[in-house]
Amino acid sequence: MRIAKSFLYVLGLPALLVLIWWLSTLGATSFFVPTPGTLASTFAKTWFGDRIFTDVLPSILRLLAGVSAAIILGILAGLLIGSIPWLRALTEPVLEFFRAVPPPVLVPVLMLLMGISDSMKVVVIISGCIWPVLLNTIEGVRAIDGVLSDSAHTYGIGGWARVRYLVLPSAGPQILAGVRQCLSIGLILMVISEMFASSSGLGFTIVQFQRSFAVPEMWSGIVILGLIGVAMSFIFQFTERRILRWYYGLREVENAV
Amino acid sequence: MTKRTLGLAGILGFLLTWELIPRLGLVEARFLPPASEVLAALAVDFQLTAFWAAVGETLLAWVLGLAAAVLLAVAAGFVVGSSHFLRRFTNSTVEFLRPIPSVALIPLAVLLFGVKIESSLMLIIYASFWQIFIQVLYGVADVDNVAMQTARSFGLRTVARVRYVVFPTALPYLMTGVRLAASVALILAITAELVIGSPGLGREIALAQSGGAISGMYALIVATGLIGVLINLLMRFIERKTLSWHSSIRSEVIV
Repeated sequence: MRIAKSFLYVLGLPALLVLIWWLSTLGATSFFVPTPGTLASTFAKTWFGDRIFTDVLPSILRLLAGVSAAIILGILAGLLIGSIPWLRALTEPVLEFFRAVPPPVLVPVLMLLMGISDSMKVVVIISGCIWPVLLNTIEGVRAIDGVLSDSAHTYGIGGWARVRYLVLPSAGPQILAGVRQCLSIGLILMVISEMFASSSGLGFTIVQFQRSFAVPEMWSGIVILGLIGVAMSFIFQFTERRILRWYYGLREVENAV
Repeated sequence: MTKRTLGLAGILGFLLTWELIPRLGLVEARFLPPASEVLAALAVDFQLTAFWAAVGETLLAWVLGLAAAVLLAVAAGFVVGSSHFLRRFTNSTVEFLRPIPSVALIPLAVLLFGVKIESSLMLIIYASFWQIFIQVLYGVADVDNVAMQTARSFGLRTVARVRYVVFPTALPYLMTGVRLAASVALILAITAELVIGSPGLGREIALAQSGGAISGMYALIVATGLIGVLINLLMRFIERKTLSWHSSIRSEVIV
């Protein structure tokens, strides 16, 4: 009974919305809105075929390469800048400026500097995604508890052990908040870099459908981008829970008091 | 040395590096003009009406989109957040719709609205709505039970309870959401102009790039960065003003 109830909660609204959508497109033949049936069959026809290998997978690989490089670089640079006060003061205004630049404007710049290639798209993703990770890591490293830091010092914990057991765990929640932002910016930049300058990839294909007025195909492209976004957010939430298990446990204890 | 002079030194160092890279021929000057040239182009831009008109278009889309998103998200957030049933009922749908990248809607916006401000607005509202909505949900759920029951036993009606108990609890969350949404809205405003071609700074950047006005393009990019910094400062200021009573802000002032 309980399972059935939670099942109803999860599927109730989506089912209701699809039903409304189906009913409202039943008689009408609107050019812009396909019926659920058309969309589903177009989706299968459009994406389950060669497209997976020519467009979807390359896009996802570029996204993964860019995002993981941005996360690694951001955390490394953040650890360095965050632990040296004068370096932090020196770089802070410049970094604030770079964070404030809307990342999509980097696409035309990097097109000029690097030409149109796969590596340019990866660099676009890196240069847009790195800022939230970098700035959050700096902030996380700066806000390490003074007592913990002093205790580690007194016990003679330094170098790599200090980073591994003190700095990374206490900056962890902040860093992961940055990673979450980084993922959604990465997806946006992947699509935009392909819309601008490409002959393959998801962004290119979707714009191509729109320009040739293949409306159901265009909708199916929107759906697949949505699915990628949802999948990424699920994977992220799962990893975050694993990495920060101690943190959530601690918060529960604190809240219970 | 104080923090401020170090920061200034950092900016100068950055500009100097930028100046030297093309001057020493590491990157060709026609791809990356020296900083002095770009700043000169920016200074010229500052005197042009066309530049300020483009800035105005971008900021107009930003303000309208953000305001609409705030209104929608606050209304929806308060209604959904205050009912346990609605929160559970909508949860799966919200979790599904939220991560959809708003750029996926670009083709749809083009089909529906063409190269007008409406297509920017559609993207901005969609992207900012979720940022604020989620924060409002957290905020409304965070209401203290004792405070709520006290208000109830003092005979406060629903409207008064929302005004004096729920709203102050949710306000810090709301402000966080608005601050995040403000920078997202700017990103989407520029993106829409750049990719779709609706009027504003983004379109000017695309035009400058295809017209080969490279230092002009860099100048416009620097201008978008400056707008971003100003928006961040403005949002932090508003947050500080509206939450001056809240402990997270007050403790900063005292210490």
